[in-house]
Amino acid sequence: MVGVAFRRLLSAIPVLLIVSLITFGLMRLIPGDPAAAIAGVSATPAQIEQLRRDLGLDQPLHLQLLDYYRGLARGDLGRSLLLGKGVFAATMERLPVTIGLSLFALAFTLLIGIASGIVAALRQNSWVDQAAMMFAMIGISVPNFFLGLLMIILFAVHLGWLPSGGYVPFGEDPVGWLRSMTMPAFSLALLQAGLLARITRSSMLEVLRQDYIRTAKAKGLPHRKVVLKHALSNALIPIVTVVGIIVSLLLSGAVVTEALFSIPGMGQLLTQAVLSRDYPMVQGGLLLVTTFLVMVNITVDTLYAVLDPRVRYE
Amino acid sequence: MSDVADAEGIALKREHPARTALRRLFRHRLFVTGLFLFAIVAGIGAAAPWITDIDPQRLSMRNKFLPPGEAWVFGTDNFGRSLWSRVVWGAQLSMIIGASVVALNAVFGTLIGALAGYFKRLDNALMRVNDALMAFPAILLAIAVTSVLGPSTLNVILALSIVYIPRTARIVRSSVIVLREMEYVQAAVAAGAGHWRILRRHILPNAMAPMIVQLSFLFAYAVLSEATLSFLGVGAVPPTPTWGNIMAEGRDFMREAPWIITIPGVMLMITVMGLNLLGDGLRDVLDPRLRIQQ
Repeated sequence: MVGVAFRRLLSAIPVLLIVSLITFGLMRLIPGDPAAAIAGVSATPAQIEQLRRDLGLDQPLHLQLLDYYRGLARGDLGRSLLLGKGVFAATMERLPVTIGLSLFALAFTLLIGIASGIVAALRQNSWVDQAAMMFAMIGISVPNFFLGLLMIILFAVHLGWLPSGGYVPFGEDPVGWLRSMTMPAFSLALLQAGLLARITRSSMLEVLRQDYIRTAKAKGLPHRKVVLKHALSNALIPIVTVVGIIVSLLLSGAVVTEALFSIPGMGQLLTQAVLSRDYPMVQGGLLLVTTFLVMVNITVDTLYAVLDPRVRYE
Repeated sequence: MSDVADAEGIALKREHPARTALRRLFRHRLFVTGLFLFAIVAGIGAAAPWITDIDPQRLSMRNKFLPPGEAWVFGTDNFGRSLWSRVVWGAQLSMIIGASVVALNAVFGTLIGALAGYFKRLDNALMRVNDALMAFPAILLAIAVTSVLGPSTLNVILALSIVYIPRTARIVRSSVIVLREMEYVQAAVAAGAGHWRILRRHILPNAMAPMIVQLSFLFAYAVLSEATLSFLGVGAVPPTPTWGNIMAEGRDFMREAPWIITIPGVMLMITVMGLNLLGDGLRDVLDPRLRIQQ
């Protein structure tokens, strides 16, 4: 297990190196004068000059790059122009909100996806199967922000059951957090739940066809036990691999969910940074989120190797 | 279902494989449903100049917030603009953006995937860059790229291509790696065929099936991502009639005029569902694993 984790960490190094190069290059790709673009139309030439010096854009490119990596090595990702504080600190404030939302959505995803996938597989080709797969198809096809809007119209505007937006920290009021996050998490989860239902169904069908399941049935084990113990534990293994992909989709989807429900998370921070041309924030935030995601994937791969000893990462 | 098709595949051995595939596709219920849904939206988009007579940007304050009805098919928005005109032109824009992203992916995804899969020396370098681009959360990368390039329809197409080409390239690469080792390819090498000829004549035609499936799903992602970007305010600049823009503007009026959100939302859903069904059908018919069973 340690070996797998170590090898995966090693292979992540070139990826993260290129990721950091891309994020570095982004701000330099702004057409025309980046400093003028960041400062905005109302800035005076002196202000633009000042900004250029502050961001180090007056230096030759190789020195800028050197500075950038020197900063990264010290954990210094630059300062947000909009918030006036360090990018790292700003990210650490907002990332937990997004992670909370994503975990809640992940719980919905796993619950809905795995349960409906199993039920569909057990009743293959019945109306239950067809209904489950139809819901999965709808789930995959409804844009999460549209679902969120529909839920707001129904549950917040008409029924008044849940707040239409806003955020209550979990530490202050767990029930309030749950109320404010239920619609966002559900609308964010449905797409992934649809994908997962389809994957679970086919994985389960494959396992149910195998000889050891027939043996278990033949020796007279109750149906429940065969399905829940013998089949499910093996059918879930491939599902672990897609958890990494699901987390990536959730983090990506959280951007629009946060904007829709005014949740002060990472997605909202980055969208605001983009809209106000706060490029140091965009650059550093993007790098941190992506690094986090790479770490999640390494964890998932390691877990997979633990669950399925046949897996060997070369 | 596949048993029936397989049996016929044997009976009609001499038929051109593309015709066999087409015949099986049109017997695939979900594929036909998907094609139908997609054709509705594509047709509306293509016919936009003929089926709308009101400029989608024309303001008419005394007609604002009219519900869908006889005079205004889809009603009007907060500026009294015809929602029918805006949604129809939005359909056209979605189709143009989706098709452009798909075309760019078909060209550059194939090129990068083929180079990486065929030339072992290029593989490592190309795939590390590919992996890095795929490591970013898709929407965040697209937002960052449009923020750098500036919000416009063209830049949305570029941003989405940058996000999705690595994914297409990876799929092409994995087919090419398998095909490269096939005996018939080695026979072609032995017969003295050059790299270009081997790739073009022997490898790429056989790598097409998974890519076509990928491209149909990609069309759906592209339409969805474009709507997401413009909903967030980083896509095509308002008042350009994109579905995302219409929905973003309708957000403030969802109590008094919910149709401003629901109509473009349903159109978006129909498009994405149509393309997903189409992709499922294509995968069922073109999937190489099914073909081996024949």
